[in-house]
Amino acid sequence: MKYIDEFRDGDAAGRLAAAIRAEADPARTYHIMEFCGGHTHAISRYGLEDLLPANVRMIHGPGCPVCVLPVGRIDAAIWLARQPGVILCTYGDMLRVPGSKRLSLLKVKAEGADIRMVYSTLDAVKLAADNPDRSVVFFAIGFETTTPPTAVAVKQAAALGLSNFFVFCNHVLTPSAITQILDSPEVRELGTVQLDAFIGPAHVSTIIGSAPYEYFAEEYQRPVVIAGFEPLDVLQAVRMLVAQINQGRFEVENEFARAVTRDGNPKAKALVAEMFELRKSFEWRGLGLVPYSGLRIKDAFAAFDAERHWDVPADSVADNKACECGAILRGVKKPTDCKLFGTVCTPENPMGSCMVSAEGACAAHWTYGRFRDA
Amino acid sequence: MTLPRRTHPRPLDITHGRIDLTHGGGGRAMAQLVDELFVAAFDNEALNQGNDQAEFVVPQGRMVMSTDGYVISPLFFPGGDIGSLAVHGTVNDVAMAGAVPHSLSAGFIIEEGFPLADLKRIVDSMAAASKAAGVPVVTGDTKVVEKGKGDGIFITTAGIGFVPPGVRISGDRARPGDAILISGTMGDHGVAVMSQRESLGFESAILSDSAALHTLVAAMVADCPGIRVLRDPTRGGLAATLNEIAAQSATGMVIDERAVPVKDAVRGACELLGLDPLYVANEGKLICICDAADADRLLAVMRAHPLGTDAARIGTCEADPHHFVRMKTAMGGTRVVDWLAGEQLPRIC
Repeated sequence: MKYIDEFRDGDAAGRLAAAIRAEADPARTYHIMEFCGGHTHAISRYGLEDLLPANVRMIHGPGCPVCVLPVGRIDAAIWLARQPGVILCTYGDMLRVPGSKRLSLLKVKAEGADIRMVYSTLDAVKLAADNPDRSVVFFAIGFETTTPPTAVAVKQAAALGLSNFFVFCNHVLTPSAITQILDSPEVRELGTVQLDAFIGPAHVSTIIGSAPYEYFAEEYQRPVVIAGFEPLDVLQAVRMLVAQINQGRFEVENEFARAVTRDGNPKAKALVAEMFELRKSFEWRGLGLVPYSGLRIKDAFAAFDAERHWDVPADSVADNKACECGAILRGVKKPTDCKLFGTVCTPENPMGSCMVSAEGACAAHWTYGRFRDA
Repeated sequence: MTLPRRTHPRPLDITHGRIDLTHGGGGRAMAQLVDELFVAAFDNEALNQGNDQAEFVVPQGRMVMSTDGYVISPLFFPGGDIGSLAVHGTVNDVAMAGAVPHSLSAGFIIEEGFPLADLKRIVDSMAAASKAAGVPVVTGDTKVVEKGKGDGIFITTAGIGFVPPGVRISGDRARPGDAILISGTMGDHGVAVMSQRESLGFESAILSDSAALHTLVAAMVADCPGIRVLRDPTRGGLAATLNEIAAQSATGMVIDERAVPVKDAVRGACELLGLDPLYVANEGKLICICDAADADRLLAVMRAHPLGTDAARIGTCEADPHHFVRMKTAMGGTRVVDWLAGEQLPRIC
């Protein structure tokens, strides 16, 4: 396949890996966090850890939209799905994420709730148009990449004059999460988690551009390389980060220049700014309440906001006590540090969110890498 | 001998007619449907007897039997339909024992209101597939359920076959050192079906690979009666099937990503949908595990058959107490090829 094969070339990967081995200083370790689940998945799926020297360690970050949604918001979606006349639509992975009381949207669907998996927000708008006597709620999740499509859906519903289309908005922001990690006591004070550098998001950066990372690269003195999700992108980014660390630089570099500019996509950003505003704080699984990290629908579009149409429960619900998803999402623990990992928590029966999505650190390690633990 | 055909005052209105509850009621309407649609299409001596069972003479030796239900949506897809699939799927399940398929049964559960034209199209396609395979549908059953209690039509088929003397093929016979072969490209069926689903508005030129594999199996078994395992990678794709065999045989496996043939169009569609071709269903491909010494010869036999032109050796069985299926990635790393978690593509067959 043209255009993809070039970024999955085994020989080129071998050459890049050799360069990283040659350039990495054996006297030190390099702790690199890949923020995005897309990178976590690529690293595991292509077995890239096998290509890196032992002193270059990848730490999986919280950039998996399914993983970071707290139990309370899942419970709220389940609550919405059970309201009379509601059709709840969402992306496939969300169906399996465990809420409290061992429930998930998939289980509630089996009990009779009308829950539909959609591939596009516009499918949800079409459902609303086709079912005028039902209330169609789109369970919107994700980072900056999935926010513009939600905005487009609301615009389209407005244009069609639909009064039965609603969005349960859970969109979150990448830069605030990275800042939260760098401000966490483990990183900042205790020094128990060493974080030397970041691989910056691929798809998120196509929207927001590379500029938003400049603040914390400078403020926290951590280099950032924005990289695509292909395996060669990841290896190239690691090589660039090793070079920055060796040279004592902390800049934002863009490996993914084929898709990311400094300013991002102005049209998408304008659309998002027109429809959404910052919440004062939003709860993340693992990170807790993160200030100005989540979006809600502006007053002008209030008619489409599920949280205003229904009295959606807004309780915070604690994770399973033994589940280490929180620490894993902050990079403090590895999946294998969790007692539940691979015993009672597997992709078939996930206890925590990191085991649900293919982008979750636990699911990625269980699915692709667990032979290393044997 | 064959009973004379019953005659009905007015033939079925295939063009405009629909299935109603009388078609499953056991009365004249059902008899007419059976006569004019099913018996007319499948037309073979055992079925034409008009009995509730088919009779046949059994040779000495071992027989195999298999059954499968077909609930695919949509009913018609590029490269096939639920009727041809119901023949191919069960013929293949019988053939994967190295057996020569002998005959099939077919049960139809039809929803009230289903168009007779669609039913005829499905039954004709099923009859054509059965005739092409040389495996007759010798007995059957029809039930009608009320509107809303089914989804158009569900079909179950069962098949029996005879295993040639000296052939012993079973999922528990793979051994460390054995070669793993596949008969062609992975993922065609699943992507062809996905491309037809209403919520996915892309058109692709990918056809389902739905096909009866028993003649390919016969050629392979004739050349190498010592084949250890045959299995068709349907639901869950190559990944699930290799894991099943690894668990049954208590062995590990290592496959090479670069050796697994996948069509460019299928890779492209999978890329777009976030699917992994290793997990996408096939309906006309087989996995063969054999002694490594037989691998090259068997590959030549497979490639000489029209359904095996893209056959490839993709890996080797190895001793592993964890029974992992591992893959050397094109990048030079290694990863597990795990069972599928959850349901990637519902109602694919």
